[in-house]
Amino acid sequence: MAYTSPDPGGPVIPNFQVTSRCASQNKLFCWDWFAKNWHSVFVPALLQHIELMFIAVAVGFALCLGAAVITYRRRGWDVPFTALGGFFYAIPAIAAFEILVPVTGLGTLTVEIVLVSYTLLVLYRSILTGLRGVDPEVLESARGMGLTRAQLLFKVELPLAMPSIIAGLRVATVLTVSLATIAAYVIPAGLGDPIFFAMGNGDFNTELVAAGVLVVLLALAMDRVFVVAQHLCVPWSVSGRGSVPRAVRLRQRLAQRQASG
Amino acid sequence: MTTQEAAEIIFDHATKRYQGRSGPAVNDLSLEIPAGVICVLVGPSGSGKTTALKMVNRLIPLTSGDIRLDGRSIQSFDPVQLRRGIGYVIQHVGLFPHLTVGKNIAMTPKLLGWDRARIRKRTEDLLIQVGLEPSDATRYPSELSGGQRQRVGLARAMAADPPLMLMDEPFGAIDPIIRSRLQDEFLGLHRAVRKTVIFVTHDIDEAIKMGDRIAIFREGGMLEQYGPPDEILARPVSGFVERFVGSDRGLKRLALRKVSEVELDPVPPGPFFGPQCPDSKVLRDLLSEMLTEGAREVMVIDGGGHPRGVLSIDRISELLRTRALA
Repeated sequence: MAYTSPDPGGPVIPNFQVTSRCASQNKLFCWDWFAKNWHSVFVPALLQHIELMFIAVAVGFALCLGAAVITYRRRGWDVPFTALGGFFYAIPAIAAFEILVPVTGLGTLTVEIVLVSYTLLVLYRSILTGLRGVDPEVLESARGMGLTRAQLLFKVELPLAMPSIIAGLRVATVLTVSLATIAAYVIPAGLGDPIFFAMGNGDFNTELVAAGVLVVLLALAMDRVFVVAQHLCVPWSVSGRGSVPRAVRLRQRLAQRQASG
Repeated sequence: MTTQEAAEIIFDHATKRYQGRSGPAVNDLSLEIPAGVICVLVGPSGSGKTTALKMVNRLIPLTSGDIRLDGRSIQSFDPVQLRRGIGYVIQHVGLFPHLTVGKNIAMTPKLLGWDRARIRKRTEDLLIQVGLEPSDATRYPSELSGGQRQRVGLARAMAADPPLMLMDEPFGAIDPIIRSRLQDEFLGLHRAVRKTVIFVTHDIDEAIKMGDRIAIFREGGMLEQYGPPDEILARPVSGFVERFVGSDRGLKRLALRKVSEVELDPVPPGPFFGPQCPDSKVLRDLLSEMLTEGAREVMVIDGGGHPRGVLSIDRISELLRTRALA
C-alpha cells in the first residue's frame, strides 16, 4: 500500500491513488474508503481480534475452572487465588507488556498472557459463586442417592452453576474484546492495528473510527451471544422459559395494536 | 447392595459425637428394625433423630458402634454403592432443578447401569404409582407444586427398588390437607411394596399414623422408648414420653382402631332406638359423635347394613383401661 498525503501536514492516507475528496480532507468517516479497504484491512484485523479474544477467554476459563473447583472443595485456597487474580487484574496492560517482552518476545504469547491475566479475577469469582450457590438440599439428596464426587461435579454442580459461569464469561469476553485492541502495541494484529496505524499517520479519522466502531460492535455481538447461550443452557429456569412466551405476548400485543389502530 | 424385598436394620450401640461439642448427637443407640416395617424416629429438635437416619447411608459417619443391614455392617460397603441401594427422601426434596422429572427419577437406575428401555418403563410405572401422569416426565421441577415435587422425590427414591428407604421429614413442608393425603397414599404404597422404611418426624401425630414401630428420642440423642404406637400410647415408660405423646393419648389410641376390630355386645332382642354406626369407622370419630349426640351406645352395622352388635361408651372406656388394645 502506498501511503502519502496530498495535503502536507494532513493524514497519510492509504491507497493514495483512489483517495476521494472526503478522505483527503480527513472528514470523520468516509464510507468509500472504508468499503474499499474492508477486505484488505478490516476483515483480517477483525478475524485476528476474534482469535485473540477466543484464545484468551478459553485459556482463562480453563485455568479458572480448575482453580474454582479446587477452592470449592478446599476453602483455604480462596485467599491466594483471589489475591493472584486481583494482582494480575491490577497491573496496567502496558506495564505488563514492558515486563514480558524481554522474556516472551514480541509475539502472540506475550499478548495472550496479558489478556488471559485480565480474565482471571472475573471468571474465577463467577465460577466459584455459581458452585457455591448450588442448593445444599440438592447436594444432599444427590450424595444420598450415591453420586460420586466427579458425578456430583459434572451432573449437578457445574450444570447448576451455569448461569453464573455464563455471566462471568460474558463480562470476561466483552472485557477482552476491548482490551485486545492494545495487542497492537506488541504485534501487528487485531483491530488495534488499524487504530495504531491511523494514529501514527496524522490521525486518519476514517480508519480510526471504523476500527473503533468494529470493536464496539464485536463487544455488543459477543454480549448477545452469551445472552442467547444463557437461555439455551438454562432451559429449566422459570425466567429462561418465560422469555419465549413473553416475546410471543409482545408480538401479539403489537399485532392487536396494529389491528385496532 | 443387591436388590431385594426389604432389609432388616440393626443399630448396635451406634454413637455419634461431634468434635467440640460436649454431649453426643446420638448416644449409644441400639434398635432393631424388622424387615418391611415403617419405623418412625420421633423427638424434639436436637434429639439426634436425623443424625441417626443419616448414619444409615453414611452421610454422617459413625463415631463408634455399628449399623447392620441384613446382618452386614454398613462399614463394609463402599459408601457410594451403599447409598445407591437405599432410597433417600428429604424435607425439601432436593430434586435436580436442571433435570426433567423423568431424568430425576432415572438418576439412580442410570448410575446402576440399567438399560434405557427398562428405565423408561420403570419411570412410567413409578409416576403412576405415586399419583402423577406419565406425561409429567418431561416437566421441570420448577413447574410442579410442592405436593407434586414430593411425589417425584418419592418416585426417585424408589426408582431402583431399594430394600430400605430413609425419609427425613418428607411431608414436613407441605400444607396439612395435602400432607394427610400423601401420608395415606404412602401407607397404601407401603402396603403394596413392603419396603423397610425409616421415617423421621418431629410430629407425634404423624409418627402414630405412619409408624408400625415408633422410636422416641429425647435431647442428647437418647432413645427413650421403642415399640408399636399402641404400646407407647398405652404404656409410656417415662414422664418425658407421656408429655411428648400428649395428654390426649387415650384418644390417639382410639384413632388407631376401627370399630370392626372391637369386641361388641350382642344385638339385644327387640327394637333398638340408638344411632347406627358403620363398622369401618375409626373409634375416635365414633366417640366424638357419641359425645356430641349424647348417645351412650350405638348399633354397629357391617358393610351390608346388617347389625353386628352394640358398642357403648363404657366399653370404649374399658378398652382404654386395659394395658394394650392388641
